[in-house]
Amino acid sequence: MVTRGTLQQPAVGATGTESAIALLRELVAHLRQNRTQLREEWARRITEAELLTAMTKEEIFAEATSVYDNYVEALETGTFEALQSYSRNLSERIIPRGVETHEVVGIVLLLRDVLARSLFAKYQGDFTKLNRILDAYEPAANRIANTVAVGFVQERERIIREQQEAIRELSTPVLQVRERLLILPIIGVIDPQRARQLTEQLLRGIRTNRAKVVVIDITGVAAMDAAVANHLVQTVDASRLLGATVIVTGLSPEIAQTLVTIGVDLGKMTTVGDLQGGIEEAERLLGYKVLPLVESPVEA
Amino acid sequence: MDVPVLKQGPFLIATVQSALTDADLAQMRRLLIEQVGKFRSRGVIVDVTAVDVLDSYACRTLRDIAHMTGFRGAATVIVGIHPELAFTMVQLGLSLEGVATALDLEEGLAYLNARTRPTIARGNSPRNSAGPPRNGTHTRGKR
Repeated sequence: MVTRGTLQQPAVGATGTESAIALLRELVAHLRQNRTQLREEWARRITEAELLTAMTKEEIFAEATSVYDNYVEALETGTFEALQSYSRNLSERIIPRGVETHEVVGIVLLLRDVLARSLFAKYQGDFTKLNRILDAYEPAANRIANTVAVGFVQERERIIREQQEAIRELSTPVLQVRERLLILPIIGVIDPQRARQLTEQLLRGIRTNRAKVVVIDITGVAAMDAAVANHLVQTVDASRLLGATVIVTGLSPEIAQTLVTIGVDLGKMTTVGDLQGGIEEAERLLGYKVLPLVESPVEA
Repeated sequence: MDVPVLKQGPFLIATVQSALTDADLAQMRRLLIEQVGKFRSRGVIVDVTAVDVLDSYACRTLRDIAHMTGFRGAATVIVGIHPELAFTMVQLGLSLEGVATALDLEEGLAYLNARTRPTIARGNSPRNSAGPPRNGTHTRGKR
């Protein structure tokens, strides 16, 4: 009959005078008393299990101490807010060090085991009492493990989201190289989401820069599947609806082969071998002619 | 709602103000085809800047206008398609193939000016009276 709410309420119903809160108090006192010894035992087992290999022994011990204290405090107060913010803080520090999720979950579970063992040792003579102590301890310990693991994973996800955002912003530059001429260099893998974003940026760029010609350079794209290739064709069509001509440059042999094999209709768009050729073609379309200032500057 | 058609020099400009019913579209088509002959226009601009949605019938009507006015000797250009609308249309397979498009009214006029240069130059220009009318005085825009 364990209540999920605060731990202040009796965890075990109708066991007489000893409430769960008293049991927990006894438990916390025990953990405080044996702090040094249990901490060391825990740190030893972390090293033994080859967890937190990215950190030195001293660092592990220092972290173990603060985790231990927070752990005992969470047991005592029955509130998890402090622990939550501590675990987020801890995650922020250790994620850049390369600590994995399984390690964090592993160490918290190890601490739980170490503490449970010490309880077994202390109450081995009184089985009923041990049972009641564990009844009070286990739900709290599980919640603590949960809190720490969830905090770690959330922190990790937050970092991943931030990085994705950063990559996304970096990855779609629409650049004006001449009046009414835009280039869109694409580097890396194009997934459907990125493709959609590229299209959006390009169409918006055409409108704001009043572009007549756009050169899309895909030299830096290693591979392309049918869906993305189709998207590219659609982008070219949509650009035409805005009155801009699109020139695609730098199709690698692999992409060319893929496109022919899967039957993507590239006949509708202009393609030029490399970016230089593409820009020259674009200049021709816009009526530019590039001349050297001196006829033959090197000779003479 | 009827689409106003304005005469601007040798061109006709139809500005679509809101989403049109099929009847409105047919009316606009009839009006444009008629007036192209009446004013001896050389070009037609259909401005859809204010339009958020173009369905398949609207796209077909625009294409029909382009082809019909073409038969009657005028080039048509559709201007002012929004970026979002453009991509939606392409995804639905309504890419207005064979129809000229331009960014906005200004671009559309530039396109028509370049496209529809007069075949016979006026005789009052001293340069043109001498030589063949290759580069008529009316010709603006890029060659």
